[in-house]
Amino acid sequence: MTQPIEVKVVERAGTFQLTGAAEGEALVFSQPLSFWGGIDAETGEIIDHSHPGLGNNVAGRILVMPSGRGSSSSSSVLAEAIRRGTAPAGILLERPDSILAVGAIVAEFLYGISMPLVVCDIAGIGSGERIAVGVREDGGASVRKI
Amino acid sequence: MTLELSALDKSMLGSEQGPSVAAAMKILIAFSKAVGAGSLLDITGAHIDGCLYHGKAGLDFVERLVERGGRVRVPTTLNVGSFDLIHPGMVKMPVAEEVPARRLMKAHLELGCQATFTCAPYQTRFRPEFGQQIAWGESNAIVFANSVIGARTNRYGDFIDLCCAMTGRAPAWGLHLSENRRGRILFELDIAGSEPSDSLFVGVGLIIGQACGDRVPVIAGLPKPRDEDQLKALGAAAATTGAVALFHAVGITPEAGTVDEAFQGTVPEEIVHINRADIDHALSRLSIVPDGAPLRAVSLGTPHFSHDEWTRLLPLLRAVAPDRGIPIYVNTGRATLSRLREEGSLDGMEAFGLIPVADTCTYVTSILERLDGVVMTNSGKWAHYAPGNIGVTVAFADMKDCIQSAAAGHVVRGAS
Repeated sequence: MTQPIEVKVVERAGTFQLTGAAEGEALVFSQPLSFWGGIDAETGEIIDHSHPGLGNNVAGRILVMPSGRGSSSSSSVLAEAIRRGTAPAGILLERPDSILAVGAIVAEFLYGISMPLVVCDIAGIGSGERIAVGVREDGGASVRKI
Repeated sequence: MTLELSALDKSMLGSEQGPSVAAAMKILIAFSKAVGAGSLLDITGAHIDGCLYHGKAGLDFVERLVERGGRVRVPTTLNVGSFDLIHPGMVKMPVAEEVPARRLMKAHLELGCQATFTCAPYQTRFRPEFGQQIAWGESNAIVFANSVIGARTNRYGDFIDLCCAMTGRAPAWGLHLSENRRGRILFELDIAGSEPSDSLFVGVGLIIGQACGDRVPVIAGLPKPRDEDQLKALGAAAATTGAVALFHAVGITPEAGTVDEAFQGTVPEEIVHINRADIDHALSRLSIVPDGAPLRAVSLGTPHFSHDEWTRLLPLLRAVAPDRGIPIYVNTGRATLSRLREEGSLDGMEAFGLIPVADTCTYVTSILERLDGVVMTNSGKWAHYAPGNIGVTVAFADMKDCIQSAAAGHVVRGAS
């Protein structure tokens, strides 16, 4: 016999820089991470020795951070990681980032893989929580804890 | 901010101009929205920093545009690639890497880009004019175009420089707009009596790059440069240690007749004083090698050597006549090289160890025969990047010291 389980749904709205749906475990950083020099596109591992996430792996996670950082070569690294399947399942940012947006758009254009890139409030999301990103009727992003 | 599109922008987006243009416009629009631009503007030229092979995604992008019949819409120059196509065999690379790297350079030509393969497009016939809107990649070229010429570009990079070239458009934001070109931080040079040597300009560049962050620097008290190559060296150094895309030098660069003009009537947010000791300190960090260290090679021409620089180097080589077989690599644009060859200026110069390198640069690919010793350079940029990129030990010095050292076989500084 199954009892109905009350699921606490916390949903917030966001804006897509690249539209898509994704689900995964959150990996949250208060410090921005540069993909170029920060992530090994072959494995998804964080290799930036000055970043607190060193040694973590972004592959399949929902990467949450305030903003992007660093060189425009990060576009290539993100596109290459998406191609290889080592990229995050989705990225949530507090502020739009032109460099990550370009990488995600180019990867979608070339490989048909949509890694959602969302600008939203990231407060209250903790590492390890499961997050679902979906597309609302108005085209905006919905970000839910599940 | 909403992004307003012109009728032509919309027609490009809607595939009426072909699938490659539509893809480029789609990417450009997403980028423009991300940077908060309100509209796009026309550009008169582009410079693409996409010919160095960094992975499959970069090549796939260009190949896809080629397959779908893409052509650039404005005159477009190309930055260095991984190969010297003029001197086959100079670059040593495994075949598995060589094939895609060569293809990347060729695929750009199929899009209608010009085979310049130089990091100094401002030395070519495609040099922009004052006030022109352009979309350039390559940090030294960007800072030169904005600062020395007064053309207008932001720091464009991966994929976006090509999307601008394919559409002839760029986001109306940043340094394309007059108000964002005003100075924010003032550097006052207190170096009266200093000789305006090449290294002085490099040292000033290193310092402002480190100190100004993303703020436009204004330099007051800079000695009048001998030529634009000294400003080239300053800008390249500043864009190496920092994110400088535009500097003003009061009384020297075109948007800085006076301090007030450079700041567009506003007050500097910060004033930094630079003296001779600061410059010496910045330069000493590029060169930890003591005098007398055995020398393996000399590398000049980062950014690419101009015709004027060659005109100073060649008589010096003849006068000093190094004969120890130490290679003196000089990176330069292929157009400059053809001109020198036509003039006969390089005849017999190989006896002194001279090895001209075109289309690429000695710190981005494997050219140097020996990496186990000291390489001397007059470039702040080369001195900064080469140890990490190719693993050499660097000694920085003025060109004359580099050549004297090649003749002596070991590092000599302050030679007279």
